[in-house]
Amino acid sequence: MRGMSPIVRNIAALLGGVVIMYGVYVTLTGHLAPGGGFVGGVIVMAGIVMLVLAFGGERARELMREHRCQLLEGLGALSFLIIGLLGFLTVSGCFFKNFLPTGKVHELTSGGMIPILNVAIAIKVGAGLTGIFLALVLGCRSAMFRKGK
Amino acid sequence: MAIELFILMLLIFMIIAALIAVESSDLLSAVIAIEAAGFGLCAVDLLLGAPDLAFPQVLVEIVTLVILIRMIMTRRDTSRQTPRDTLRTAVVMLAGGMFLVMVFLAVGGVNTSGTMPSFGHPVMGSFEDTGVSSQYLFRCARDTGAANVVMGILLDYRAYDTLGEATVIFAAILGGYVVLRKIGRKKSKEINP
Repeated sequence: MRGMSPIVRNIAALLGGVVIMYGVYVTLTGHLAPGGGFVGGVIVMAGIVMLVLAFGGERARELMREHRCQLLEGLGALSFLIIGLLGFLTVSGCFFKNFLPTGKVHELTSGGMIPILNVAIAIKVGAGLTGIFLALVLGCRSAMFRKGK
Repeated sequence: MAIELFILMLLIFMIIAALIAVESSDLLSAVIAIEAAGFGLCAVDLLLGAPDLAFPQVLVEIVTLVILIRMIMTRRDTSRQTPRDTLRTAVVMLAGGMFLVMVFLAVGGVNTSGTMPSFGHPVMGSFEDTGVSSQYLFRCARDTGAANVVMGILLDYRAYDTLGEATVIFAAILGGYVVLRKIGRKKSKEINP
């Protein structure tokens, strides 16, 4: 897949970082304002999609060679489960017990394990949807599912 | 009452858009009709007072629109549409809808004496009652430390439900990978020589 015209490329290069940073911001402040991990992951994925569409798929194809999206998605899901199990094993017999100190309301570090769970969901959703996008649109199926090399 | 009228109009609009998406012979118009139905759902979410739900819905609709249109532009669809038995499909869908309506009425949908609450009535007690929902509202900041009550319920009180939701997304993405895989796939000639 080839990239687009220089006008689109320059604007995408200016805006791509801002979009991805906004996704990270929405993820990290999910316990303070409307937002959260799912939305943040989708915004990050939208930024990546914009960059890939503007600049073409060659670089993305190189980066995707080692199943990175699948690895990240699995790690996100696994960390979500592990945080739930930590509350079960360490503090009480309650699955998804909020075992961290809740802190002061309206501060970034408040909420106990809620921001950490948000980050795990954002990694999972963003990586999974990005992988599906690359597999569907770029046609880099052979690169994604090639063993070794 | 006005809000219910708006929602009814939006629902009719969504049903018409879905019918257009199913029946149109052009892939592009089908995609646009699906997205119209999705944005109608976003408007319903906003009217019912759920911005936390409408926000990801809008994002997913936009991203899906980009992906689907890009796919349509990349791969020309040259296959011909086989004629469908529209009457049979309509009868089956009508029967399914009638069945759902009967189930809804059987558990007491219309009058409040049944087990189903009337439209817009909170299930677990209103704000003045001492139901579960008011307890969530009163105690969320103290229990979880989260200023956003929605996130406090999603990831603390109801984190187990969120785990199920995450599992659904995981399974869907896994299904996508399985459909698009290269390993272990045979040409149609090898199966049907």
